[in-house]
Amino acid sequence: MKVLMFGWEFPPKIYGGLAVASYGITKGLSLQGDVETTFCMPKPTGKEEKFLKIVNMSQVPVVWRDVWYDNIKDRFVGHTAEDYYRFRDHLYADFNYLQGLDDMGCIGFAGGYPGNLHEEINNFSIIAGVLARSEHFDLIHAHDWLTYPAGVHAKMVSGKPLCIHVHATDFDRSRGKVNPTVYSIEKNGMDHADCIMCVSELTRQTVINQYHQDPRKCVAMHNAVYPLSEEIQAIVPQKKKGEKVVTYLGRITMQKGPEYFLEAAKRVLERSRNIRFCFAGSGDMMNAMIELAASYGIADRCHFPGFQRGKQVYECYKNSDVFVMPSVSEPFGIAPLEAMQCGCPSIISKQSGCGEILRNVIKVDYWDIDAMADAIYSICQYDALHDYLAEEGMKEVDQITWEKVGLRIRECYNQLTGRGWFDNGEYLNAVRNI
Amino acid sequence: MKTICLYFEIHQPIHLKRYRFFDIGTDHYYYDDYENERVISELFEKSYKPALQTMLDMIAENGKAFKVAFSISGVSLELIEQYAPEMLDLLGRLAATGCVEFLAEPYSHGLSSLGNVDNFIAETKRQAKKIKQLFGQSPKVFRNSSLIYDDEIGTMVADMGFKGVMVEGAKHILGWKSPHYIYSCAQDSRLSLILRDYKLSDDIGLRFNDASWSEYPLMADKWLSWIAGLPEGENVVGIMMELAALGYYQPLGSHILDFLRALPKLAGQMGIQFATPSEVLAKNKPVSPLEVIYPVSWNDEERDTSSMLGNGMQREAFNKLYDENIVGRILASRDRRIQQDWDRLQATDNFRFMTTKNNGMGTNRGIYDSEYDAFTNYMNILGDFLKRVKDMFPDSVENDELNSLYTQIANMGEELSVKDNEISRLRARLKKLGSEEEAPAPKEEAPKAEKKPTPKKAPAKKAEPKTKPAAKKTPAKKVEPKKKAEPKAKPAAKKAPAKKK
Repeated sequence: MKVLMFGWEFPPKIYGGLAVASYGITKGLSLQGDVETTFCMPKPTGKEEKFLKIVNMSQVPVVWRDVWYDNIKDRFVGHTAEDYYRFRDHLYADFNYLQGLDDMGCIGFAGGYPGNLHEEINNFSIIAGVLARSEHFDLIHAHDWLTYPAGVHAKMVSGKPLCIHVHATDFDRSRGKVNPTVYSIEKNGMDHADCIMCVSELTRQTVINQYHQDPRKCVAMHNAVYPLSEEIQAIVPQKKKGEKVVTYLGRITMQKGPEYFLEAAKRVLERSRNIRFCFAGSGDMMNAMIELAASYGIADRCHFPGFQRGKQVYECYKNSDVFVMPSVSEPFGIAPLEAMQCGCPSIISKQSGCGEILRNVIKVDYWDIDAMADAIYSICQYDALHDYLAEEGMKEVDQITWEKVGLRIRECYNQLTGRGWFDNGEYLNAVRNI
Repeated sequence: MKTICLYFEIHQPIHLKRYRFFDIGTDHYYYDDYENERVISELFEKSYKPALQTMLDMIAENGKAFKVAFSISGVSLELIEQYAPEMLDLLGRLAATGCVEFLAEPYSHGLSSLGNVDNFIAETKRQAKKIKQLFGQSPKVFRNSSLIYDDEIGTMVADMGFKGVMVEGAKHILGWKSPHYIYSCAQDSRLSLILRDYKLSDDIGLRFNDASWSEYPLMADKWLSWIAGLPEGENVVGIMMELAALGYYQPLGSHILDFLRALPKLAGQMGIQFATPSEVLAKNKPVSPLEVIYPVSWNDEERDTSSMLGNGMQREAFNKLYDENIVGRILASRDRRIQQDWDRLQATDNFRFMTTKNNGMGTNRGIYDSEYDAFTNYMNILGDFLKRVKDMFPDSVENDELNSLYTQIANMGEELSVKDNEISRLRARLKKLGSEEEAPAPKEEAPKAEKKPTPKKAPAKKAEPKTKPAAKKTPAKKVEPKKKAEPKAKPAAKKAPAKKK
């Protein structure tokens, strides 16, 4: 089975959770042996793992340029010069009017999330038309709203079924005040999709109720985690005796609810001073949080180490006694799973999608700061609770693997390629034992 | 002749309120009054009242043919006294018929049988006393909270003078044996065991209204025919369940009370009789000892203590609650609020809310969201409670010392009352003798009074100097100085209890 997949991020370059999820899904599918994935992304680094075929959208031509093989063959990152010529044989319209074309006739991408994001999304979808004409595939899979137009375009051109993966909706990001442009892109993508994979039941309900989609074509496809590498397992926690560390890890932004964490911290610190609170991450609310902490007089106990990358993240988990994710609305939230892998008990908000598949975590409403403070205090105070959650949590999260997710996605693919439409009810029957 | 030993547990825990850690040290009231009132009045209306009323009617209709036993935990009695006093009246009327036996159980419905022997004995006696006060019966048969039993508990119960104990007829303790005989405790043959037939009990208590059960609907004659069909010699059928099963777990609409009402008459026709546990024990002798090494209970399919002490959190809470040092202090203290909170915190339900077992039926967690929530809330409350207990006495005081001080106070009290008696007697005699100044009698009496209290004196030092002069003065200066001894001894007695606070 050949899958044409559109994505915006892929490791090793990580901007957010999307890259990790894209990696997990493609890896899980590749383990089945007979799934061939072509992953199209704006700007690969060339250091991606080789289990799938990467297409560098910055090097796919949209206008014809006469270039010599010898001149360009070493310039490709991702796909090869042969691919380039094949793509060039499938141009479909005159895009010479576009700004920023290079000597190969390609549109460059800045990568990540630049200011002209909407323009990039549009360009991405133009290039998708070329790909859809030149590649052979059975199915299209588009990750997150940035790539929906590309997916829809590819479906229009090829007539193959479209599966879109909803990693987040604008309702999560904006606490309900949606950006109409984003909403229309999302809605259009969902309307054209044959199967909508949502990262949690919570997101599925948003898709059904806010985007008015048929529940039968929406399916909850929970994320998973990869086992820790040996390098990470070897990290020795550095804990100070008699002092506990409570960690918040993620962007410090409205969606993630850092102010609730700070309020809870204030309550805990009124009772016990030997607990430190760590706000790992950066974001638009960081300065406001620092000021708030100072005004509460707890700045000496609150730490803002900034954005953590790679191994630092795991060091952070390992050195913590409690991990808190107070998200106001979290489509899935992979962080608590990672924390649990490191043996760190987690407290998550009930508004987080990952809570649907986790048992050994403490769930509180994000606004219930009393309950959050209580949970933090009791994990710090009662070793029995800490140990139980750490131990059972680790066992539990080891069972949540991308292999299983890959099998479930495959079941959806089979329905789509077999008969062209998807039914959630049949799907649930089919995957009961995975 | 087949005998049904019907027994109902009446127990409702006192629900704890939402208690955050910042309440520790500031708020010493732990209970959710609204929830308590709601639960007990709902239970009373839906279950207890109609069920007890039915049993009263059944006794009236069938004469002495219907017998039943109850056990009521002390904490639920407190709830009932407060929110459903009508029920005490019903129970009193039942007790007056002579067809009802009340069993003893730990006052708190707690795990003290596994946690602390002294407390276990003390609270069982307290419970028996309360039953005696309310219903005029001294319990002869014991049942532990959740029917927890092992050989060690058996010996403790036997030492307290009980003749029998109710035990879950779990397969893993019985093996090939039948639950329909009386057994004796393996370590103390004085104690007989009445075993619960969980199949026949659960037919009523668990499955009666379950339409997916193959035997649904269950009729009285069908159920009795199962008992009548038991092999020759298997004579005792222990049917034990919560009273709330009648009308609450199995709704009144399922006609469960009609089922019950039909039992005595049909049983009579089939040659099956009802008997209270004491009667059963009087008629049936134990056939063999039954060894129970690990505790059994009537909870869940495993029928062990795993639903209460299965995970680390439960064991942590249990160990904190029954810390020897703490229990010693609580038993030594005479503070009634501490005592009451202690009873209420011990109830097994608090532990069952923390279970992480998946028993397939969904767990009732009271006001709590999850096991972690239950643990957190309980530990917060326990934290405050333990702090109060510790604050009662300085840390440096050892429990033994504390105990000896308390015995001393108790002894001094006795001593004083003996002296008071003596004084009044001597005064009376003084009046009688009138002019006779040299009376031989006081000389004889005084040394007696001195002898009595001295052996009881504990090896403490503090109180002694205060009491000794009083005791010494009496024989030396005869009649007159005794009046002076009176005010001197009293402050000593007053001072001691003041230490409690």
